[in-house]
Amino acid sequence: MDFTLSDDRQALVDVLGRFIRERYTLALRHKASQDAPGHDQATWQQLAEIGVIGALFDEEFGGFAGSPYDLIAIFETLGHGLVSEPVMPVLMAGTILEQARPDLLEDIIAGQSIVVPALFEAGGRYDHTIIQTRAVNTGSGFTLDGSKAVVAHAEAANALIVSATDESGSAGLYLVPTDAEGVFIRGYPGNDGSRAAEISLTNVALDEGARLGDIALADAAIAKGRLALCAEALGIAEWLKTATLDYLKTRVQFGKPIGSNQALQHRMVEMVVRIEQMRSAVINAAAAMDGNGGGTDTTARDRAISAAKYTVGNNGIEVAEESIQMHGGIGMTMELDMTHFARRAVLIDHQLGDADHHLASYIASAAAA
Amino acid sequence: MDLSFSPEEQAFRDEVRDFLKSELPARLSDKVRTGKHLDKAEIEEWQAILSRKGWLAPHWPKEYGGQGWSVVQRYLYDIETSQAHAPHVVPFGLSMLAPVLIAFGSQEQKDHWLPRMLNGDDWWCQGYSEPGAGSDLANVRTAAIRDGDEYVVNGQKTWTTLGQHANMMFCLVRTDTDGPRQQGISFLLVDMEAPGVEVRPIITLDGGHEVNEVFFTDVRVPAENLVGEEGRGWTYAKYLLTYERTSMAAIGSSKAGLAWLKSIARAEMANGKPLIEDALFAARLARVEIELANLETTTLRVVASAAQGGAPGAESSILKIKGSEIRQEISSLARRAIGPYAQPFPPEIDVEGSNEPAIGPDYAGVITPNYLNLRKLTIFGGSNEIQKNIISKAVLGL
Repeated sequence: MDFTLSDDRQALVDVLGRFIRERYTLALRHKASQDAPGHDQATWQQLAEIGVIGALFDEEFGGFAGSPYDLIAIFETLGHGLVSEPVMPVLMAGTILEQARPDLLEDIIAGQSIVVPALFEAGGRYDHTIIQTRAVNTGSGFTLDGSKAVVAHAEAANALIVSATDESGSAGLYLVPTDAEGVFIRGYPGNDGSRAAEISLTNVALDEGARLGDIALADAAIAKGRLALCAEALGIAEWLKTATLDYLKTRVQFGKPIGSNQALQHRMVEMVVRIEQMRSAVINAAAAMDGNGGGTDTTARDRAISAAKYTVGNNGIEVAEESIQMHGGIGMTMELDMTHFARRAVLIDHQLGDADHHLASYIASAAAA
Repeated sequence: MDLSFSPEEQAFRDEVRDFLKSELPARLSDKVRTGKHLDKAEIEEWQAILSRKGWLAPHWPKEYGGQGWSVVQRYLYDIETSQAHAPHVVPFGLSMLAPVLIAFGSQEQKDHWLPRMLNGDDWWCQGYSEPGAGSDLANVRTAAIRDGDEYVVNGQKTWTTLGQHANMMFCLVRTDTDGPRQQGISFLLVDMEAPGVEVRPIITLDGGHEVNEVFFTDVRVPAENLVGEEGRGWTYAKYLLTYERTSMAAIGSSKAGLAWLKSIARAEMANGKPLIEDALFAARLARVEIELANLETTTLRVVASAAQGGAPGAESSILKIKGSEIRQEISSLARRAIGPYAQPFPPEIDVEGSNEPAIGPDYAGVITPNYLNLRKLTIFGGSNEIQKNIISKAVLGL
């Protein structure tokens, strides 16, 4: 049993952590979310240079890491810095491209190209297999019609991976350049200070090579995306804990630090217990993904990921709300860094399935097992 | 990061499994599995089996007849014995008093009392709590006044678990009423059969007799039964409380309890289908199962850090809080699961050894008493509120 990070992984996390502290400010983040492309392009280049994008992928595909343990170390660190760059969407898209178009990964790892997945629709809620978007085989290629909902960092992308159902009813994934005719991207800032878009596709003509494969290709990508979100939420929760604890020790009311009140001490302890459970859930999910090792039976992996996403969703929101409450009035203001972490902690639950969705998935997989 | 156990640890786990398979009488494990209480003879039977194997006090150093097991081995042993539904070893002598004697007792005390524990010669009980000293343990008032080479003890202890079976008690007594209240406390070994000791049962809300009041009236205790120095009992008591803390998560008991709960939820019917398929019940079940899987890894993280030399400190209070909440929730779901049959008071509790047929399903009778009994988990061993105070101070610095 060993819960420590390997030296290589620790070194990468140290470099990333230092980069975030020294270069990545919340002011930069706020500014970037106001307009397209929705992230800071200089930061993205630097993340590529220090190897963060390469660390998402295995050596076989031009990266140098990519294990589940690498992913949780990286995303916890990104969460701790509230980094709003398209790392998670690129991880998901890259995982699909590993199987379908590995030749595209080199530019992605170099930070030259951004591809993001567009797998969810307004009517499908958190189920990516409910697809209204249609693909028609024209003999020389495909045309796509439909729409995709709340696509993270779509404005930053030069291509989208879009799911669509063809005439035979089979669902597949298609690589769609964002500058193709008929692609309309309506970008907007999110309540968590990140940026997303609604996508509409009207008679979008694609060549023959655009079909990446069956929708099942998305499974591993979604699993990794969920793992990444869980680790990000853990990093955010740790940051909120530190900030709230600091506030309890320094904020004086009635002549003493508010942290001397037992009512607040016990709430703070509850927060600590919740975060320890979050960390264990994230480790369990990474271990289950690692144990699966690309095998075809993904029941145990998906079960552990649902357990983690449920835990993180539930506990992350509680940590956010308690942080706001214990900060009192100042916790209601945009000027405080804390509130931005709290907003992201809540909204993370609305990506790739919320706590209820994953509790239901967990139950279904337990019944199947 | 690697969550697997080493080949040596896995071999050890297999050894424990094999031992339990061949040596644990089904008569005893069936009772434990279905939540029934074991009588004194049954507990002693199991402890004698363990003693023959050398596993009655495996956490003791080898020189005293223990195995010197690592924290990981102790964790694995805990899990395996719980999952096999082995009876719990009575901890008062073996796990609570023994480490104090080993650390602070005289050579004579160690030579006399430790072998007797391994032989099952004594049944120890704990004399800490008093009517005015519950979570505030330093408020001990039971007085021990030196008279020649004896102490004369007067006062009252309470919540004395299984004191009805005990012939010896280790207790905290006040030998000095001056100065800070922690400083006048001493650690004394009292013969329960001495004149002036009276044990009265306390019937708890589940209807069971597990705890007692113990009264001392001019009880004469030989001075050689003082452990360590007079006035340092508080230090020894605290040492005792920090011992064996990772077991407070009770992962093994909760796993066994959850498996039992699921078997009940498969047998119970609700709206024409097994209760386990009911959406609301399944959600409650899934929540506690996920919490337990998380807590197991939290526990292993504490165990792994203790194995690398970091002593489990205040973070084990986290294990106590969450572990007790999970066990209570499992017992509470079992009560929900049996529906109307949570109501009958089981006859076997009224009359020990009753042969009356069960009311309702045969698993149902013990469930409500068990649920009621386990309310104690968040109260004893330092209430969960006390654990939160410990974390606030020791971990958070508040």
